[in-house]
Amino acid sequence: MKRLRSVAALEKLRKSLEKERTTGTEVRVCCGTGCRAAGADEVRQAFVDEIEQVGLDATVTTSGCQGLCQRGPLVAVESQGLFHLGVDPSDVGPIVDLTLQRGRPIDRLLHHTTEGEAIPWRDDLPFYQKQERVILRNCGRIEPTDIQDAIRAGAYAGLSKVLRGMVPEAVIEEIKASGLRGRGGAGFPTGRKWEGCRAQPDGPKYVICNGDEGDPGAFMDRSVLEGDPHSVIEGMIIAAYAIGDVSEGFIYVRAEYPLAVENLTIAIAQAEEIGLLGKKILGSGLNFRISIKKGAGAFVCGESTALMYSIEGSRGMPRQTPPRSVERGLWARPTVLNNVKTFALVPVILSHGADWFSKIGTEGSKGTQVFALTGKIRNTGLVEVPMGITINELVYEIGGGTMDDIPCKAVQIGGPSGGCIPKDLFDTPIDFDSLQDVGAMMGSGGLVVMDETDCMVSIARYFLAFTQQESCGKCTPCRVGTYRMLEIMDRIVEGQGEPEDLERLQELGEWIQETALCALGKSAPNPILTTIRHFRDEYEAHVIEKRCPAGVCYSPGRYRIVEAECLLCGLCQDVCEDDAVRESRAQYRIDPELCIGCGKCKAICPAEAIVIEAEELEEAEAEVTV
Amino acid sequence: MAGVAGSEATTISAAELTERLAPILAEYAGKDGAVISLLQDVQEEFGFLEPSAMTDVADALDLPVSHLYGVASFYSQFYFEPRGKNVVKVCTGTACHIRGAPAIQARLEEQLGIGPGETTADLKFTLETVNCVGCCALAPVVSINDRVLNRREQRKLKGWIQTERAEEPTSQEGAS
Repeated sequence: MKRLRSVAALEKLRKSLEKERTTGTEVRVCCGTGCRAAGADEVRQAFVDEIEQVGLDATVTTSGCQGLCQRGPLVAVESQGLFHLGVDPSDVGPIVDLTLQRGRPIDRLLHHTTEGEAIPWRDDLPFYQKQERVILRNCGRIEPTDIQDAIRAGAYAGLSKVLRGMVPEAVIEEIKASGLRGRGGAGFPTGRKWEGCRAQPDGPKYVICNGDEGDPGAFMDRSVLEGDPHSVIEGMIIAAYAIGDVSEGFIYVRAEYPLAVENLTIAIAQAEEIGLLGKKILGSGLNFRISIKKGAGAFVCGESTALMYSIEGSRGMPRQTPPRSVERGLWARPTVLNNVKTFALVPVILSHGADWFSKIGTEGSKGTQVFALTGKIRNTGLVEVPMGITINELVYEIGGGTMDDIPCKAVQIGGPSGGCIPKDLFDTPIDFDSLQDVGAMMGSGGLVVMDETDCMVSIARYFLAFTQQESCGKCTPCRVGTYRMLEIMDRIVEGQGEPEDLERLQELGEWIQETALCALGKSAPNPILTTIRHFRDEYEAHVIEKRCPAGVCYSPGRYRIVEAECLLCGLCQDVCEDDAVRESRAQYRIDPELCIGCGKCKAICPAEAIVIEAEELEEAEAEVTV
Repeated sequence: MAGVAGSEATTISAAELTERLAPILAEYAGKDGAVISLLQDVQEEFGFLEPSAMTDVADALDLPVSHLYGVASFYSQFYFEPRGKNVVKVCTGTACHIRGAPAIQARLEEQLGIGPGETTADLKFTLETVNCVGCCALAPVVSINDRVLNRREQRKLKGWIQTERAEEPTSQEGAS
């Protein structure tokens, strides 16, 4: 590819790319991590082979995450926008034959409403209708490893505008005017952060992108890095220009994300090749290059000061602030660190204008946020919604409600640092401040749905066990405090809790919130404190009545179908995803080798014929029958 | 995390060690803050942080070897002992946790006879837990050598373990 020496050259390239856009049919196979795991690579290859064999004028492209992971592999037929779900290599023949050649979608691969009506067009799916894709504007729509496809879709248009005649101060003013707040969790105003760093007298300064997405059940940043790496690169270039004295940037990517590293590496190399990174970017005076740093597996490195120590090659332990990173960051130089999604938003804010951006969202929280919807939800996937949407809309309208229609109990927002919000507060709008009011936090965008078969005490213990294990050990409140809290929680879930334990947990939790060194330590007690606040009755059942209302705690035990109660309806067999419910001679039984104890069968059984038995009891019974 | 074990008898000759380390050391020579990237490459080359390789790296960087172990032991992705031919990972992320990961982990521990972070004596299997692989739609997730298994493959896991275990050493790899 030719090196671009001016903004005009970039825009000329864009125009010519737009013109040569293929008019033929395009088969776009989602190859995000979720769809790949479901077999997208085989599907893609099958399309390539089949189209070649038939001799059709159609191209097969791959894209990053298209969002509806639950139903992958996803295949979009463009330009019609026909959307097939759960495609298997054996479906490729019919799709090529009927859809590509005759324009007829394959009914059984379409989304169907609960009334059984098929929806062939992607944009008509309820999952997509309430979404507003700003951060994910190109994610799932472009080939992530092809910079030309990205440029055609509008990448680097924000940079064009900046280099065509905005002074750095004007860029910062525009970001400030947009009301953009950092998408990593804390929601600090991005424009003010940049301004603070620009005001520092001495360079060199650094720009860092935080892609160390460590929250379990969260894959927003990964999807952006995999599916639209150029949006992040462009945001970082603009930041470097606005802050000044920046010639080097880093993207810190979590170790478990090999595909993100691969796509980023390609994207950076392509951007360097055409002169969007390196010396004299687009013929301007801006010099900037980006290196990738792979994490080595430490949750605490998502904390900004710890992340910088990790880039320096040390143990990733947070330090006391102030001085803030904009004053003393990487190698003790002024540094701006933003989340992946924050950088991805910067280019559109500049190309579309601050006014446009600030019209989306709420008064205090502008724009959109990306969520990874997971847990007991029908449509697991990646969604982007305007700030201010309610949890109800997100869970029921976009997410399609809970799996198997077991009533929803709560959502957990913000990962292990966040909180659990009960169903009766589901009309809470999702924005930075409202979530804080109910004890949760925006976090980076993980949203886990829990249903009536989940025990909130056990869930809270799970999160605490996670943060306890990931505590770096530098400060005592986090190292010892979370350990002590975990001991109490272990006691409670094992049936050894005392009523006084609840006060102990609250007191200890509040102490840790006030005294821990870093934000991760301070927020570690959140899951416990919010569950005590919103689900106190469940804790009391554990510590006073010594029972677990959801039937999860006190050793999971084995599921068994009581033959005398069983109606032989077969619903348990239908809901079991592990084929653990076996049918023989007019009798259902659960194979303990295959049962994972998910509880779906017990929840759906109309006759309450499924019981959980402690293992010891079963052994005792076995002895008697022998 | 596995403990620091310096007692592993090395089977690599000094000459081979130098030869395999040279390109890695050359790539990072004179670069600031390269310790973690360098150790990642060393681990990729040897499969784990080979004790004699650690000593050589420390000499090359003019750092005490304790400093390298100090950095490496902080991060969960560094290993100080050889790992099995098949690394079986159980995702214990939130979505997997509530969809049954604890039961899967318990079952794998029983079938393999090892706990998380451990390797079987025949070096055929290592069992690990991972915080989230981000395929929450497939939860609960199990991966073998970083390839996520689909539902069908997961059900066949027990049979696969038995086949792998029965196989003679140095046979072909991977689950089907």
